Amino acid sequence: MSETVTTPARRKNYLNAEYGIKSWLLTKDHKRIAILYLVSVTFFFMLGGIMAAFLRLELATPLGDMVEPDTYNRLFTAHGVLMVFLFLIPAIPAVLGNFLIPLMIGAKDLAFPKLNLGSWYVYNVGATLMVAALLRGGTDTGWTFYTPYSSVFADSEVILTALGVFVAGFSSIMTGLNFVVTIHRMRAPGLTWFRLPLFVWSMYGTSLVQILGTPVVAIAIVLVAAERLLNIGIFDPALGGDPVLFQHLFWFYSHPAVYIMILPAMGVISELIAAFSRKRIFGYKFVAFSSLAIAVLGFLVWGHHMFISSQSLYAGLIFSVLSMLVAVPSAVKTFNWTATLYQGSISWQTPMIYALGFIGLFVVGGLTGVMLATLGLDMHVHDTYFIVAHFHYIMVGGAIMAYLGGMHYWWPKITGRLYSVFWSKISAGLIFVGFNLTFFPQFVLGYLGMPRRYHAYPEEFQILNVLSSAGATILGLGYLLPLIYFIWSMRYGERATDNPWGAYGLEWETSSPPPTYNFDEPPVVTTEAYDYLAMRDKRVA
Amino acid sequence: MWKNFPLFPEQASTLASKVDALYFTFLGISTFFGLLVAGLVIYFAIRFRRRSPEEIGRPEKAGLWMEVTWSVIPLIILLGMFAWGAKVFVEAFRPPGNAVEYFVTAKQWMWKFQHPQGNREINDFHVPLGQPIRLTMTSEDVIHSFFVPAFRVKADVLPGRYTTVWFEANKTGTFHIFCAEYCGAEHSMMRGSIIIMEPADYELWLAGRESGPSVVASGEELFQVKACNTCHRSDSATLAPILHGAFGEPVELADGSVQVVDENYIRESIMNPAAKLVKGYKPLMPTYQGQITEDEVIQLIGYIKSLASDATEEEATLPALPDEG
Repeated sequence: MSETVTTPARRKNYLNAEYGIKSWLLTKDHKRIAILYLVSVTFFFMLGGIMAAFLRLELATPLGDMVEPDTYNRLFTAHGVLMVFLFLIPAIPAVLGNFLIPLMIGAKDLAFPKLNLGSWYVYNVGATLMVAALLRGGTDTGWTFYTPYSSVFADSEVILTALGVFVAGFSSIMTGLNFVVTIHRMRAPGLTWFRLPLFVWSMYGTSLVQILGTPVVAIAIVLVAAERLLNIGIFDPALGGDPVLFQHLFWFYSHPAVYIMILPAMGVISELIAAFSRKRIFGYKFVAFSSLAIAVLGFLVWGHHMFISSQSLYAGLIFSVLSMLVAVPSAVKTFNWTATLYQGSISWQTPMIYALGFIGLFVVGGLTGVMLATLGLDMHVHDTYFIVAHFHYIMVGGAIMAYLGGMHYWWPKITGRLYSVFWSKISAGLIFVGFNLTFFPQFVLGYLGMPRRYHAYPEEFQILNVLSSAGATILGLGYLLPLIYFIWSMRYGERATDNPWGAYGLEWETSSPPPTYNFDEPPVVTTEAYDYLAMRDKRVA
Repeated sequence: MWKNFPLFPEQASTLASKVDALYFTFLGISTFFGLLVAGLVIYFAIRFRRRSPEEIGRPEKAGLWMEVTWSVIPLIILLGMFAWGAKVFVEAFRPPGNAVEYFVTAKQWMWKFQHPQGNREINDFHVPLGQPIRLTMTSEDVIHSFFVPAFRVKADVLPGRYTTVWFEANKTGTFHIFCAEYCGAEHSMMRGSIIIMEPADYELWLAGRESGPSVVASGEELFQVKACNTCHRSDSATLAPILHGAFGEPVELADGSVQVVDENYIRESIMNPAAKLVKGYKPLMPTYQGQITEDEVIQLIGYIKSLASDATEEEATLPALPDEG
């Protein structure tokens, strides 16, 4: 592990190896494809964020006085669809995973570089369909597309949006497939399974879910389209169908999809905690296997979305107890992260602030998730703002905090530049405060009984809604800052050394930014993961 | 706007305090673990902050006993919560035997209520205090969800089948009814009020309103109007099964399986008679799909339920009202 400063002289790297738009659009380099994904997901994150801004603005007053109800419904649908399918699902895997997996395992690239590039195009075809649906007026079914509303009653662009989700799903399958093969076949000599960085373990679990789960949502979408277009009775009871069947198919994918969002985030957090404690993650194997346990158990809990949808009592009992079980590996991870800090060498750098913030928010999100898995409680808070708050704590407080933490950690590697420490810490603080102010009041609102997807609400809910909207403003500002200083750093940022954090990991052994084929010499691994002791000894020697 | 700033909903049903007990206990446990983790994270992050740029953490062997401890303790708590939550849920799921049946039909974007005595209301729903009430609910279009926060009960209302929910109000007053399942443009305006009255006041309220025939009487009339009685006779089972005394009993179907005659089966047999034929009958009955409203199906079911095998039992199945005073 070299900490010597790379000569500022223009070393050949993946960014300056070739120039021109064609060199980007036809690239097979996993690092450049990661950048392509970065541009795409950032765009859709902003678009989804703008929708959220409208929602919070409308909800500042109890009357639905800003936009028409139908417009509001289209806005929250667009917010959900864009954020889930075009941002949260691809964000960490397709950006950070794409960039880092080959680097972390000492490979030149992913196993199927063309498939990788293809996945980005497929993603964009899906995205284009969804944007086309938006431009034609949008969809008003909610991102969950519940039947028979979506298949018979909704008078909006359901088919186009659903087709977009269908297509984008294939990009997710392609990415997952690529990662599984790469992790199995292309690890550097000496890099055994139990020497892998925990990020790779979590990406492995994620990939399995992507491959196995996504086809089911694709089937559900095809069936909705068949019913809408061909009048085949599948979900519409008037045609002999079963409306709840859709919910089963949808959540069979969409619950595991939550783990597609949070497992990579957990992987990032393991990396950050290890790097900024300069210490091996406590209970490495438990953290690694908990990722697989979550991936597997995640497939067995979908029915907890349907406790009160006329599902049988016994099904409810079984799904409730299984949902309790999935909380255990998450708790194991949290305790291990906390224990890692003990006797660490803890540095309060920006990525670590994100990681510590993640733990706090994830604990709140996780514990409220357990409340929702409790049958007697879910009956009251199901489909209220309690749910909205809970899943934002997991997806925004969890997945996005980790994504941003990861971006701040690997940015010097990705771009070869450093960003403003001052502004990045301000932004992390704003995001943490803004997030809690936005979503914590929503737990209270939910328990009070405010249902989700409400365009107008009774007056007594106003104060909490105003707090939430105020928080959203701070949160939005917090998200805007990194966009500015990251872009600024690409041109004006100080040049980064190969290993600016003094962190363990193969990705830090190559130059910043790395050359096209990642390593000048194929690396050989002789030490355990996060072996800071060996790393120091090597440097001294 | 500061005048009413509640943090918890009112408790207006026998179930509410049970759900709240579960909630507050869980909130306590969650707060404990949340503060424990947050406290440790902050303490460690300060206590073990990096003191020199070259410093590294002190690696330690992960103790297996620690992993086991922090897996097993949460597991035990989680299973405990599961059991408690399940107990409350089962209670909320199963109405007591003396519950009076009311009917709810949801449609975009209103709630229609039928009292067993024949009164009908839209969006407002008057019910007596202290009487267990069971709602049999269906939707005319998409999925809705009947939610009364003050009662802590919620159940989805589906097209094409019946779902039930029950409650016993223990506080007079007016409380929100919300639709909790997204149902289209005016979803957020699909609200109503449930008005809990002293039983005597409820009787007065019922008496003071023009009431149509009771659910059973309407059903009986429909049974003639729709010509059901042509085949479903009380004295001959030649063309169609005798419906007297059929409700709640098992019947053998053409394929040999056994079906209990319940609300959903009757509804299906009216809408799609050939789906589950009783053994020994030909598919002679036409479908009533599109020719009969959900309200009418409910009335027919009410009537069929009232048809006891013995006429003297008829009274027993009529909804009993709570005693006055």
